[in-house]
Amino acid sequence: MKDFVRLFNQLDQTTKTNKKVAVLKSYFDTATDMDKLWTIAILSHRRPKRSVRTALLREWAAAEANLPLWLFEESYHIVGDLAETIALVHPNLESKNDKSLTEWIQFIIDLKPLSDEDQKEKVRWAWNQLDERERFVFNKLLTGGWRVGLSQKLMTRALAQHAEVEENTLTHRLMGDWRAETSDYHDLVEATNVADQLSKPYPFYLAYALEGEPREIGSPEEWLAERKWDGIRGQIIIRDGELFVWSRGEELVTDKFPEFQDLTEALPNGTVLDGEIIPFKNGKPLSFSTMQTRISRKNVSKAILKSAPIVMIAYDILELNGEDLREKPQVERRKLLEQLLQNHPTEKLLISELVDFSNWNDLVKERLKSRENNVEGLMLKRKDSTYKIGRKKGDWWKWKVDPLTIDAVMIYAMRGHGRRANLYTDYTFAVWDDEKLVPFAKAYSGLTDKEINRVDAFVKKNTVDKFGPVRSVKAELVFEIAFEGIAKSSRHKSGVALRFPRIHRWREDKPAAEANTMDDLNKILAEFG
Amino acid sequence: MLSPLLQFTEKGIYCKRANVYIDPWKPVDYAIITHAHADHSRWGNKFYLSHHLSKPIIQHRLGQDISIESMEYGETRTINGVKFSFHPAGHIIGSAQVRVEYKGEVWVASGDYKLEDDGFCAPFEPIKCNVFITECTFGLPVFKWKPQEEVFAAINAWWRQNKADGKATVLTGYSLGKAQRILQGVDPSIGKIYTHGAIEKTNEVIRNMGVKLNDTIYVTPEIQKKEYEGSLIIAPPAALGTSWQKKFPPFEVGIASGWMNMRGPRRRQSVDRGFVLSDHADFESLNMAINATGCEKVIVTHGYTNIFSKWLNENGIDSQVESTEFEGELAEVGQGKGEKESE
Repeated sequence: MKDFVRLFNQLDQTTKTNKKVAVLKSYFDTATDMDKLWTIAILSHRRPKRSVRTALLREWAAAEANLPLWLFEESYHIVGDLAETIALVHPNLESKNDKSLTEWIQFIIDLKPLSDEDQKEKVRWAWNQLDERERFVFNKLLTGGWRVGLSQKLMTRALAQHAEVEENTLTHRLMGDWRAETSDYHDLVEATNVADQLSKPYPFYLAYALEGEPREIGSPEEWLAERKWDGIRGQIIIRDGELFVWSRGEELVTDKFPEFQDLTEALPNGTVLDGEIIPFKNGKPLSFSTMQTRISRKNVSKAILKSAPIVMIAYDILELNGEDLREKPQVERRKLLEQLLQNHPTEKLLISELVDFSNWNDLVKERLKSRENNVEGLMLKRKDSTYKIGRKKGDWWKWKVDPLTIDAVMIYAMRGHGRRANLYTDYTFAVWDDEKLVPFAKAYSGLTDKEINRVDAFVKKNTVDKFGPVRSVKAELVFEIAFEGIAKSSRHKSGVALRFPRIHRWREDKPAAEANTMDDLNKILAEFG
Repeated sequence: MLSPLLQFTEKGIYCKRANVYIDPWKPVDYAIITHAHADHSRWGNKFYLSHHLSKPIIQHRLGQDISIESMEYGETRTINGVKFSFHPAGHIIGSAQVRVEYKGEVWVASGDYKLEDDGFCAPFEPIKCNVFITECTFGLPVFKWKPQEEVFAAINAWWRQNKADGKATVLTGYSLGKAQRILQGVDPSIGKIYTHGAIEKTNEVIRNMGVKLNDTIYVTPEIQKKEYEGSLIIAPPAALGTSWQKKFPPFEVGIASGWMNMRGPRRRQSVDRGFVLSDHADFESLNMAINATGCEKVIVTHGYTNIFSKWLNENGIDSQVESTEFEGELAEVGQGKGEKESE
């Protein structure tokens, strides 16, 4: 594993993407096929399942370091990373082991069926074989949540250079449901035969957010406009009489949507559609919260199928009769999609209707109606554009409606994780209900590093009380909280649940007493909930 | 009831009997200063007493017109029957623990300290006392320092590699203490060593006291880009990302600080390398230092105070927390105010 640990250190020690790609390539150049396969799996979030409970790891680590458990836990809260905390508190030792990455992963997989006692014996043995950095990497493999500051895209680039495979081809090969335990490096990366790749989705093309005015992207006749549907981005694949549904997070979610099963009958083989899966009833989209209740369930019950029936609003076609269409221009793909849905009508597939417009001002007006239409805004797509891979600027823009906002008081703070460990970055916000502050949202993103440092200093100086990792602070700082939607919720003290709340800006001009109230929040709920 | 020999007031650590303060954070008449860092040696006091090697630095930072006297380690000054003396703290040049004795009762206010002999400032000496006042900036078991030879070997290797790649090497640490420790710790045969103005001015004060430092060149606008290639440039953290670094050829940036022990803060700084090098005590050293005093009671001031104090109490060492306005090493990761105040 020494070469893998060296790779990890090198990746950790640079912020430059070119250098990261270079060190990863040179690692691939010397690693064994098995180690390469596992490295690809780890860097594309395909780790083996966790085989040891973290509560046990914490106990064992504290005992090994001769520390009371509470002190270990406090340290963990501050470090913000369990694998790192364990590696740091453990007595420092010289490395005395030469197992390969693959052997260590097998070691971890083999822990799974063992009893707690046997697991403990093995894990302690491992910790004592390794130096601090190796121990950290081992713990990361053991606990997961691996962030090395290297995107899958960069990993693919390095591998493409190493394997001398075209990058886009490789991106496609690496998608889908493969696992390192059952795959072969050559078949996955190098082989051109893709007969076994029936379920393989295409990489999604992701839109950039339009921050300015649409006229900045060109003249209206070059563009198509659609609504930005509020659901789950998905790809529907029909090949060889089989259905596969993929979510944008590269998750195979076929089982979550049994409604689509009939599509194997309705659509010809060799069809791949891109669109938004949304709950839809009586000719209208339902709110996203309906969808959330559905996707959070493990099993899709009959009741849910009835209360939250779904459709796909299709907006692109990537494959027809087994032919990859991604290089064809947008308008041509659109025409093929329209024809397909005309010739094979099914109530489970709707087409994302084009929004008619002759000038940008038409769209400005249309966008303002988004919330009442239960959509997130508009999508702008360049007529002559091909279907690209990943988030690329220029051809697809999402033009979201402005978020809802409310001014709230920060009342609790927690330390962050990863890069923000050791800083108070996760806050709970409240609005006034008479003299009382009622918490209604948690948010952590949206401040600059400088602002975070200042809020962190405020928290440390103005702590009123501590409960475990949470500090309650003096009610003084006001923030404007932006959110995408609001729904009634019996699980929250405030009675509302916000969708995607985040800090919009710090209202340093506003004293706490002037923050919004529960009444204000309820008004927003009545209007948009 | 008699008031304790030292008490914590809103102005600082106060000896009522002698009417003096140790490292006050608000202006007072008589301030005894443990060391010249800005959070311990503040502006506005009517009179300062420090160690000989701190005096010129305090004057440099606070003005030549302040009223200041100094004394040697072990020397005693008696004020209204209370005996005050300085003892090496090993933190930075001139840093001292303040021993306070009255009628056989001894308190030690240790300021900031480290146990490792850095080969530059006078190494820490444990002082027997009844009550020990300690910082605990790094008072968690995750903080463990490696011997400085190992750290400097890593820094030298990094510098050599950068030089071989035709790059300059920028390493940050606060201007007083860390900068000189780096300067004396690296291998000067690798290449030229440049310094930021804030550091060069501090170096000048130190050299004028007759203390030898390795040769340095002050970074000035007249220096040509090419001359920096392969060199080491030592800078305070606040200089990073400013127009000051415009004249440099391609360079790699590193930070030397105890905080670099944790991956989160290290990554947050977005630098190429973090070297774990601190002028504060790590967890084990804090425990060793406390044990060596043989004290009956520990007062914990800045750092992870509640956690560290609980740990001491569980281990049979009577401990309490007092809040102060000392900052520890925060300036090195851009969180403190000290560095800015002093420059």
